[in-house]
Amino acid sequence: MPTTIETADGRKKKVVEIIELHEATIRFAGDSGDGMQLTGSQFTATTAQAGNDLSTLPDYPAEIRAPSGTLYGVSGFQLHFSDRDIHTPGDRPDLLIAMNPAALKVNLKDLRPGGYIIVNSDAFDAKNLRLAQYATNPLEDGSLKGYQVFEVPITKLTTAALEGIGLSMKEITRSKNFFALGLCYWLYNRSLEPTLQWIAEKFANKPLIAEGNRRALMAGYNFGEMTEVFTCRFNVKPAKLPAGWYRNVTGNEATALGIIAACECARLPGFLGSYPITPASEILHELSHYKRFNFRTFQAEDEIAGICTAIGAAYGGSLAFTTTSGPGMALKQEAIGLAIMTELPLVIINVQRGGPSTGLPTKPEQADLFQAVFGRNGEAPLPVLAAASPANCFWMTIEAARIALRFMTPVILLTDGYLANGSEPWLLPDMEDLPDISIPFATDPSTFQPYARNEDLSRPWAVPGTPGLEHRIGGLEKKHLAGTVSYDPLNHQFMCEMRRAKVIKVQDAIPDQTVFGPETADLAIVGWGGSYGAIRAATERLMEKGKSVAHVHIKYLHPFPKNLESVLRGYKKLLVPEMNLGQLSFLLRAHFFIESEKLSKVQGLPFRPSEIEEAAAKILESM
Amino acid sequence: MTTHPTETEQPGFTAKDLASDQDIRWCPGCGDYSILAQIQRTLPTLGLKKEDFVFVSGIGCSSRFPYYMNTYGFHGIHGRAIAIASGLKSAHPNLLVWVVTGDGDCLSIGGNHFIHACRKNFDINVLMFNNRIYALTKGQYSPTSVYGQKTRSTPYGAIDHPFNPVLLAIGAECTFVARSMDRDPKHLQETIARAANHHGMSFVEIFQNCNIFNDGAFDLYTDKETKPDHTVFLEHGKPLVFGKENNKGIRLDGFRPQVVDLSEHSVNDLLVFDETSKELAFILAHMNDTPGFPMPFGVFLSIERPTYEDEMARQIQAVIEKEGKGDLMKLLREGNTWEIKEN
Repeated sequence: MPTTIETADGRKKKVVEIIELHEATIRFAGDSGDGMQLTGSQFTATTAQAGNDLSTLPDYPAEIRAPSGTLYGVSGFQLHFSDRDIHTPGDRPDLLIAMNPAALKVNLKDLRPGGYIIVNSDAFDAKNLRLAQYATNPLEDGSLKGYQVFEVPITKLTTAALEGIGLSMKEITRSKNFFALGLCYWLYNRSLEPTLQWIAEKFANKPLIAEGNRRALMAGYNFGEMTEVFTCRFNVKPAKLPAGWYRNVTGNEATALGIIAACECARLPGFLGSYPITPASEILHELSHYKRFNFRTFQAEDEIAGICTAIGAAYGGSLAFTTTSGPGMALKQEAIGLAIMTELPLVIINVQRGGPSTGLPTKPEQADLFQAVFGRNGEAPLPVLAAASPANCFWMTIEAARIALRFMTPVILLTDGYLANGSEPWLLPDMEDLPDISIPFATDPSTFQPYARNEDLSRPWAVPGTPGLEHRIGGLEKKHLAGTVSYDPLNHQFMCEMRRAKVIKVQDAIPDQTVFGPETADLAIVGWGGSYGAIRAATERLMEKGKSVAHVHIKYLHPFPKNLESVLRGYKKLLVPEMNLGQLSFLLRAHFFIESEKLSKVQGLPFRPSEIEEAAAKILESM
Repeated sequence: MTTHPTETEQPGFTAKDLASDQDIRWCPGCGDYSILAQIQRTLPTLGLKKEDFVFVSGIGCSSRFPYYMNTYGFHGIHGRAIAIASGLKSAHPNLLVWVVTGDGDCLSIGGNHFIHACRKNFDINVLMFNNRIYALTKGQYSPTSVYGQKTRSTPYGAIDHPFNPVLLAIGAECTFVARSMDRDPKHLQETIARAANHHGMSFVEIFQNCNIFNDGAFDLYTDKETKPDHTVFLEHGKPLVFGKENNKGIRLDGFRPQVVDLSEHSVNDLLVFDETSKELAFILAHMNDTPGFPMPFGVFLSIERPTYEDEMARQIQAVIEKEGKGDLMKLLREGNTWEIKEN
């Protein structure tokens, strides 16, 4: 029972203890029509402005609006926030908000033992229990023993708060996510102000809806304040982040912004050829808004046209991009070979998802590394990069464009569904933080040869319309220098080796591999791509326990940084956690004859730091 | 807004300047030679600069074409020439972009790009050399091979119904659709010039004889003896007259064309061709399905619709006028931002 005190006028007032936490993880879950993504992103925006470091992960079904109340229609949004630097959306939620029985059933297994559950008790009726395949009501049958369950009649309370303002019953019910949000704001001692402001702006043209949402939000907050159900509240102080301006950014947003920034840095018009595919489509959506940057987006008739239009635009002197996910990547491979043969700059962004085939469209995986490095006919090398965190997608996109232009080559940038939809605060760069990645076009007919090479082994970029440089390129093998078609056996070998040498030369233009932690130790955890956060968190925990461990995160996967082998040889053992069955591990063995322990996870779910920590601890114990 | 190349009084180049230094490797006697010659003769008459022409191709015998032109050229991959050309034209609207493709390249593996380019209406000129056979892969049947055609992959005869490329282009809402042939140089030159001058996507089906794998496929329409009675040339505003003695004509009975004898009918009874009519184009494109009707040549359809790249540029311009030119630092700072101060 909550403590109460008697006030001067004789009323009883509840006293709620505020518990200071270093970090908290909460998950909102409900029907895909319940507005859980919105609720989560509002909590995120408020928390970001409160100065916490944070990391988020939405989890939504592949179906857009699965039948309500069903297990496969559950949509979730997880947020981890802290007073310290954090790297992942959290291992296990401390609090689960479940708007219906299905949401409870799907998410309960992830909750930490003893965790809090707030349920909308109104939704636990016979029909919803049946849809969620509960034989008995979990709120009554004792199956939630071991958790702290708060049954809140969210639907009834929202209805009561909005009664008489002129909204339909359906509209009133739709506001209940704001009630849940308000309650969570009270519970975590957050300000209502950012969301109130957002509601006012978002629904400026729908004053009734705005008022309904405002009232629901306030009602949720006041419910926390007034009810005697909750005995404590939580507070997470602001984190000590580097000074500067921040915004919260998802990986796909950061990629789109990186594309615009790359065009500015290259001083070139930009072009995106793309075909809608989950989870990459947001990049196309974002970029289609940026017409004021003279950026051209082309929604193509298929994946192949997506890349082929981009190749055409690159030939015409644009900085060209194509964005896709695994299955689309497979369709683009022949055209990537054409870009390799014609030596045109192009950035191919693969937002990886679970495969093979259609696989798990909305779930992340890192299983396209082989496809990126090896996926074409013939000897077809190209640089492959991978982003490590949502905000890092911005920088790696510019990096991919820089390499594509400098070396006149297609470049593959790998992100994944976890980075794409996850978010983190991003310290915004200033103009002077951005590199100049521009290169000159060929213009001088007296020296022009289509396949002559500079010190980077890169060929000239001669754009149609330039007088005197008329020449032909294409998929057939080209004669060194002259660029005419050549079937000469020795020329083909020479050109294959030349294209390979050019890509290896990228090593001279990329930073050395860095290490987090000691340069020599018992164990290095070696990763790439979106598992960065989980590996870093696990490494920090192991270091806090005094273990001899380091984290090596590879952003340049082909070619590897020059010093990678010597870096890796500084450790007695290597652990390679990957969301595939060991692709990086395979490449390390192939390149360096270095053995590593694999930690494979192909469940459509990102690693939890604890999984990596446990695997690492096991290796360290055995040494 | 004009997206046509800068016109110049003196192009400063001749057909000869358009020959590249590459040896031509088509089989001797191939219809492609004539098409190459007619294009080289036509380009200098268009009043454009040589560096503004780009030829993009896919895969097949016809797709070797760019290598034989001393212009900018891009030999793409199978079926994708139109996609490459669309991207080039979107990004660089000042170029005069040509696609050289074949019946297999354009209608089989590249069919999807073809129909979508038609409806999107890029200002590109698609020249489809139709030899009704896969020649570079040595003689398999193609999507335009006739029913029953015996080829290396259909030794008992093709069992599928062929595409009518002109009809497909009209159905896909192409704004300029024409048919010509390798053995009628003058008509081919005129048709190519009209295609070049059309603002929007132009599609020209060119009957092309493959003397190795499908020799004589078009003899009925090209041989002096049979041509007059088996072809009809469409001319805007003129009645449809054909035959050795100009003694036959086409009239419409409702929606159905009829061949009539001019000794029995007046020229005034005949169908007067209107190249801006989609309905007529559709009827005439179907006409040769019926035995006894001539094969139509010429421009079936020529209508105006905004081009994709013009619309793209217009939209960008309108947004810039409304919102101002993009400012990257402002863009990054859009939405919820917050400041962390030095501690």
